[in-house]
Amino acid sequence: MSEFVFLYRGGEAGRSPERAQQSMQKWMAWFKELGQSGHVKDQGQPLERTGKLVKGKQKTVTDGPFPEAKDLVGGYTLIEARDLAQAVELSKGCPILEVDGAVEVRPVMKLNM
Amino acid sequence: MEPSDHLFRREAGRMVATLTRIFGVHNLALAEDVVQDAFCRALEVWKFRGMPENPSAWLMATAKNRALDALRRERTARTFAPELGRTLDSEWTLAPAVEELFETHAIADGQLRMMFSCCHPRLPEEAQVALMLHILCGFSVDEVAAAFVSSHDAMEKRIVRAKKVLAGSRKLFDVLSADDLAVRLLAVQRALYLLFNEGYHGASSESPVRADLCQEAMRLTRLLLDHPPAATPATRALFALMCLHAARLPARIDASGELRSLFEQDRSRWDASLIAEGQRLLDLAATGPELTEYHVEAAIAWVHTTAHGAEDTDWGMIVTFYNKLMNLRPSPVVALNRAIAIAQRDGPQRGIEEIRAIANSDRLSAYPFYHAALGEFELRSGRHEIAREHFMAALTFARNPMERRFLEQRARACNTGTPVG
Repeated sequence: MSEFVFLYRGGEAGRSPERAQQSMQKWMAWFKELGQSGHVKDQGQPLERTGKLVKGKQKTVTDGPFPEAKDLVGGYTLIEARDLAQAVELSKGCPILEVDGAVEVRPVMKLNM
Repeated sequence: MEPSDHLFRREAGRMVATLTRIFGVHNLALAEDVVQDAFCRALEVWKFRGMPENPSAWLMATAKNRALDALRRERTARTFAPELGRTLDSEWTLAPAVEELFETHAIADGQLRMMFSCCHPRLPEEAQVALMLHILCGFSVDEVAAAFVSSHDAMEKRIVRAKKVLAGSRKLFDVLSADDLAVRLLAVQRALYLLFNEGYHGASSESPVRADLCQEAMRLTRLLLDHPPAATPATRALFALMCLHAARLPARIDASGELRSLFEQDRSRWDASLIAEGQRLLDLAATGPELTEYHVEAAIAWVHTTAHGAEDTDWGMIVTFYNKLMNLRPSPVVALNRAIAIAQRDGPQRGIEEIRAIANSDRLSAYPFYHAALGEFELRSGRHEIAREHFMAALTFARNPMERRFLEQRARACNTGTPVG
């Protein structure tokens, strides 16, 4: 088993209350399914959309905006999968894909390589 | 959370109403933004960590904190609710004032104010209903459009215009001290009645929004019942009529998904607890000299609940009530229902005569059940071919597949000659 990080980027939250709720129910169902199939190492955390950017030798601190909202990482999950292909396959069920978002699938580097 | 649970939609109305009370009605859009933001946060946090124990309290607390942020951030740039005076200017009074408006009774009060404010006299009735559904029930423009079988664009225009009128009113309607409470209450009752009716008789009868509309109308009417100045006999009668009609909802559609007329419904599927509640409210409504159309309509619905079927229904009493209703609020649809009751009492020929005598019956010409009633009476009179033509006419005005199948089945019955009822 190898580890992967899912980074959730962008994705428009449901505009109406009903759409927002439906979206949440889909996410919960998806996480539940992933968890039950034993692929979730750590469900991860949501991230605030604002924060600071610390940059360069000068250590200049700026507010967001980070890249455009559509590229913003809104949260992450630690996944266990056989290989990258399987991790990608698992990511395809993510509800963020239905609302113009993306899942970035990144293998965690192994120590013993 | 169950898929059928509309937590966000339900909370949206409570949140917007409360926030508008703090921000002032002119800042309705800001209140909507704060609600939107609270939903986004809930969505982000809950999907990772699961739902909190009391999601409704979580949403309200989030809305409250966001409101405090907005007040602090924008108090120099904006003016907020004039009702709150200068309490929002100082940190000492800001938090307690906001805290107070988020208490349970204040939230209910806020919803009432919003309900009365939505029924602004400058708005036509349909706009009042649409606005209530949008703001107080959290329905999106598309959902409101679906409920009223309207296009998205037309409904959006209507809601935007109505919001402008609402935001332009100096302040929210004050249900505690307004002199014109009684007048505005009439409009509120009417809007709730229309909302319920849209769910009950509306054209979108196969859409899942339908039963939701009845439920929402009942939820809002209950708020009136809990607020003494608004809990008039007419309000009680209105709620009674909603209960007594809603009790029949489970039987309106049979096991195979087909529409069932009152005459052929399995009355054992009527909701006994709603009937009891309706009856209780109708008794309570019988105080005071006032007899409203809601009293009469509730009484008609109540008579139906006392019978096992069309045969042992007291049609004489129902005709009497319809005569009253024609005095109180005459309309072609009421006249049609009266004609149907008369046909039940005196035979189909009298029913046909009564239908022919309806004033403004041209307003019924696109109403499928006008033609269907004529078809039914002709069928009972043994004139199968004429009956079939009426049902075919009704079919051209069917508003959804369920009505279409129902009318097709009636048209087919003309070949074998089995009238209903």
